[in-house]
Amino acid sequence: MTDQQTQNKIKTEEYFINMGPQHPAAHGVLRLILTIDGEIIKNVEPDLGYIHRSIEKMCERDSYQQIVHLTDRMDYLSSHINNEAVCLTVEKGLEIEVSDRVKVIRTIIDELTRIASHCLWWGVMGMDLGALTTYFYAFRDREMINDIFEETCGARLTMNYNVPGGLMFDIHPNFVKRTKDFITHFKTKIPEYDRLLTGNVIFQKRTKGVGILTREDAISFGVSGPTARGSGFSSDVRKHHPYSAYDLVNFKEILFTEGDTFARYQVRMMELWESVSIIEQLIDNIPEGETKAATKAVIKLPKGEFYQRVETARGELGVYINSTGNKNPYRVKFRSPGFSNLSVLNHISKDVLIGDLVATMASFDFVIPDIDR
Amino acid sequence: MTNEDLQNIIIGLGTDLEFTTEGSEFLNVIVPKEQLHSICSQLKSHPELKFDYAFCITGMDWVPALGVIYHLNSTELKHEIVVKVMVEDRENPTLDSVHDIWQTADFHELEIFDFFGIKFNNHPKLRRIFLTPEWEGFPLRKDYVDEANMIIK
Repeated sequence: MTDQQTQNKIKTEEYFINMGPQHPAAHGVLRLILTIDGEIIKNVEPDLGYIHRSIEKMCERDSYQQIVHLTDRMDYLSSHINNEAVCLTVEKGLEIEVSDRVKVIRTIIDELTRIASHCLWWGVMGMDLGALTTYFYAFRDREMINDIFEETCGARLTMNYNVPGGLMFDIHPNFVKRTKDFITHFKTKIPEYDRLLTGNVIFQKRTKGVGILTREDAISFGVSGPTARGSGFSSDVRKHHPYSAYDLVNFKEILFTEGDTFARYQVRMMELWESVSIIEQLIDNIPEGETKAATKAVIKLPKGEFYQRVETARGELGVYINSTGNKNPYRVKFRSPGFSNLSVLNHISKDVLIGDLVATMASFDFVIPDIDR
Repeated sequence: MTNEDLQNIIIGLGTDLEFTTEGSEFLNVIVPKEQLHSICSQLKSHPELKFDYAFCITGMDWVPALGVIYHLNSTELKHEIVVKVMVEDRENPTLDSVHDIWQTADFHELEIFDFFGIKFNNHPKLRRIFLTPEWEGFPLRKDYVDEANMIIK
């Protein structure tokens, strides 16, 4: 018998297997119910809620200043950007214009956050595909950013540096120098990242042509962020709806059209350079000015609906606040990038191997608390 | 396209549509629930509208009505609107699913079902996605009694 005939004679049947909620490649408590035939995936059904904290319900209880602190715990790798999203929404409602100094500092820290997040993603993506070294390289550099944050905000991860109306306090005197030192250091490290992983033959074979997402599907499934830009969907909120100081800086929106895992990888790698460039444009020109506009101790938004979106390291975060004029919001909705990005996973993982699903998920850069909220 | 231009086109897509921009930066279109699916599919397919990107879908409890808010964007024509739909029946609220128009609605409708109890006709597999299947009540409704006193103090 030929191999093909043998193959045809083997009886197979579909069965279910749990991937997670405790699985190293899920990067958190994400449970995927896989229907598989041999090692071929037939269906992926995510089962969420293992880290659901009901943040939207808690927001209805809390004041606007308190809500800011809850958002750190969604996408904890973009905590500063999440805080900013809520602050911008509240500022929009109160019609407060923050000073240029605040805008520039927020933008610099946004981009540092993005670099830190992409560093972690790069390290973990390598690790998911069996290249352990990347993790240590990335964490070495990420640590320097966390040190800068710690000096200025007092926290390394859940920063809470933004408040409605500005910043909690001014930047640390060392901030500018340390950021510049970091940028000088990091510019020598990105090429090292490329040498270590991007050109690796095994890595390329595991990522090229794997998990292909078309542009039409990306739009229809509401995919955003680097994941969407790997499919050629121009979705960068920083470009389309600029906030803070993004209208003052020049940067490219990185777009690839292949839509595979490798394209998503390349988008994030090139975004590192763009973030570096944005910081370089701003770091020497932080304008003088107040760091916090005057707000009342009890903030009451006028009656109405307020929507603000920002670009986190994972994509488009939308904050919808419905206010009836009280000190608590009537309804808050966080449109998290992870939740929408996850919805496309089943669609692009049909008839692929389990190992390819791991590669695809790594390139989506999921943070589970961002999905669950 | 300005909000007035959008309104002039959308007004022809259905009957009894209400328009408002009060208290919102977007043009709000309030759609009767029977027409939700037909209007949404026209919003996507109309050559001058092309709302292909549903960037936010929110469940809402307006007391007494429940409802859904769709934030829509056209990636090509760059305009945006908000579609709102309300359902008065709190015992058995039902709306048409729009997952065949914007596939992202699949997950967002699961979330809304989980927290508001709105059922969606023609949804491929309506289930509790965050909470456990035996969970009683719908936590984001305003009349939800939080017996464990976990969140509302």
